[in-house]
Amino acid sequence: MHMADALLAPAVAGTMYLCSGAATGYSIKKVRALNEPEKIPVMGVMGAFVFAAQMINFTIPGTGSSGHLCGGMLLSAILGPEAGFLTMIGVLLIQCLLFADGGILALGANVWNMAFYGCFLGGMVIWSRMMKKGMSKRKIMAASVIGCILTLQLGALSVSLETLASGVTELPFGIFVGVMQPIHLAIGLVEGLITAAVLIFIYEARPKMLWRYEPSGQTEGKFSQRKTVGILAVTALVIGGLFSLAASALPDGLEWSMEKVSGSTELTAAGEAYETAAKIQETTALLPDYGFKTGESAAGTSFSGIIGAVVVIGLCVLCCYGLKLFKRKKQKEEAV
Amino acid sequence: MSKLQQAIDNLHEADREAGKRSGKSRIHPVSRLLVCVAYIGIVVSFPKYDVTGLLGMSLFIIITGILEDLSFIKGFQRMKYILAFVVLLGAVNPFLDKRIVMQTGGVTVTGGMLSMMTLFIKGVLTVYAAYFMFMCTGIEQLCRALRCLKVPKGAVTVVLLIYRYIIVLLKEIQRMSLAYRLRAPGQKGIHIKVWGSFAGLLLLRSMERAQNVYDSMLLRGYDGEFQYEILGQEKTGKGLGAVYAAGWIGIFLLLRCVPVFQMAGNIFLSIGQ
Repeated sequence: MHMADALLAPAVAGTMYLCSGAATGYSIKKVRALNEPEKIPVMGVMGAFVFAAQMINFTIPGTGSSGHLCGGMLLSAILGPEAGFLTMIGVLLIQCLLFADGGILALGANVWNMAFYGCFLGGMVIWSRMMKKGMSKRKIMAASVIGCILTLQLGALSVSLETLASGVTELPFGIFVGVMQPIHLAIGLVEGLITAAVLIFIYEARPKMLWRYEPSGQTEGKFSQRKTVGILAVTALVIGGLFSLAASALPDGLEWSMEKVSGSTELTAAGEAYETAAKIQETTALLPDYGFKTGESAAGTSFSGIIGAVVVIGLCVLCCYGLKLFKRKKQKEEAV
Repeated sequence: MSKLQQAIDNLHEADREAGKRSGKSRIHPVSRLLVCVAYIGIVVSFPKYDVTGLLGMSLFIIITGILEDLSFIKGFQRMKYILAFVVLLGAVNPFLDKRIVMQTGGVTVTGGMLSMMTLFIKGVLTVYAAYFMFMCTGIEQLCRALRCLKVPKGAVTVVLLIYRYIIVLLKEIQRMSLAYRLRAPGQKGIHIKVWGSFAGLLLLRSMERAQNVYDSMLLRGYDGEFQYEILGQEKTGKGLGAVYAAGWIGIFLLLRCVPVFQMAGNIFLSIGQ
């Protein structure tokens, strides 16, 4: 789900930086207010854990594919939403710098898509509410699965919206969403199960490590099977609703693309194109073998521009190598 | 788990190379960071058909790469996953945007082809910019730059600690995976039944390490602030950094606002004729 810089327009990236910046400011304020300096190295290790654990690809039986651990939900279930959010920012920053997973300009968007939903919606809303009256294995399982699915769905939807707002792809929104959401539903389910497995292991081994764990207030079994099934059913309905929206959007997207390539639209486009091509050839009679585009000329691509770029870049490369050779020679002379 | 070993090797190598370069560099890390952010911002702001302008922006990458002795191949290898998504999105453009924008000889170039190309170039340039910036500054200097830009010390410390712990944890995973494989020969991956206990155990080990490291830090007088001056990293000059930043940002703006390459191309073509 990591977005590259190339997929975002500066205005969209800036807006996402502002949104993520506000959430970061709030988180820093809250973490400061809690005044737990011993939590900082734990955040560091947890961040490294998420980073490292994401590199273990678990085989998914019967599918031939693999998946890896979810980050935001797990971090907020252990560190709390604010500290978890700050930790995820660190993880995303290092991922973009070291492994080109994401980008510096797209960091704001990636933080929003992957950390905000995972930590604030997953941790602050789902985990916190469900664990309010005590923890149990069932509750952990339900919270993890619901949290991971919902947060990944929202993250994937945000990716589609940000890409659409940036205008980098001609792909209709309906088709894009129709592809993104089901893929992330499957990923969310698997990640939810893995997260639940890890958190249940911790609950059994060291429950105090979990956020919102209160030993005295434990009321094991209060979260009945009926309630679990009920919550899962409501989630299924919500997700089903989202999918029906996406499905209803699909024909629109197809109609849009059909209109682009068929019937009158195609004829008009072809006619305009031929006229443009004819005009191009007329106006570029000095260079009969080459044509220039007529629209967006100030910022457009042209043959002369490409020639200029290639020659200047070539000269620059030569100069750089010349400078480097001169530098090496000087260093050798100094060494002697 | 060759992927893990590769990641460990990459991290070691990047850390070593970045440390070597940042030790020699006289340019302040804040300047490098600002130039990188400005570069990425300007690159992505180019219109979707402007291949020429983007080619011009590649000058910064080429010059930095050659003068700093950075590997273009290693940089490109890092972007294979992120570029896959970019290419996937851009690949539909030629089918949906069939407006003819250019004709070269018998070849017709459509808007979709150009927008696909610009998307790919933008992807490559922005990833190179971030990678080269990291390779020239290193994590310590980058954290220092973040502190100079008034990023809270807690957040900066977390970034630095995550980076430092990654290798330790990757090695831990490698050990655990090896132990698992030796007990389950011929099995591909980790069985679904032990996903939770495997990752949970790794988490518990990590927490124990965190506590030990934190205790050691306290015993050595850790107060939440990194003493960069004591580390002797004040070789970088702010004046030189300001010139570096102003110079490059000026060039980026020039390349963005003036069609320099088109003008140069026209001159070359007129000379040729």
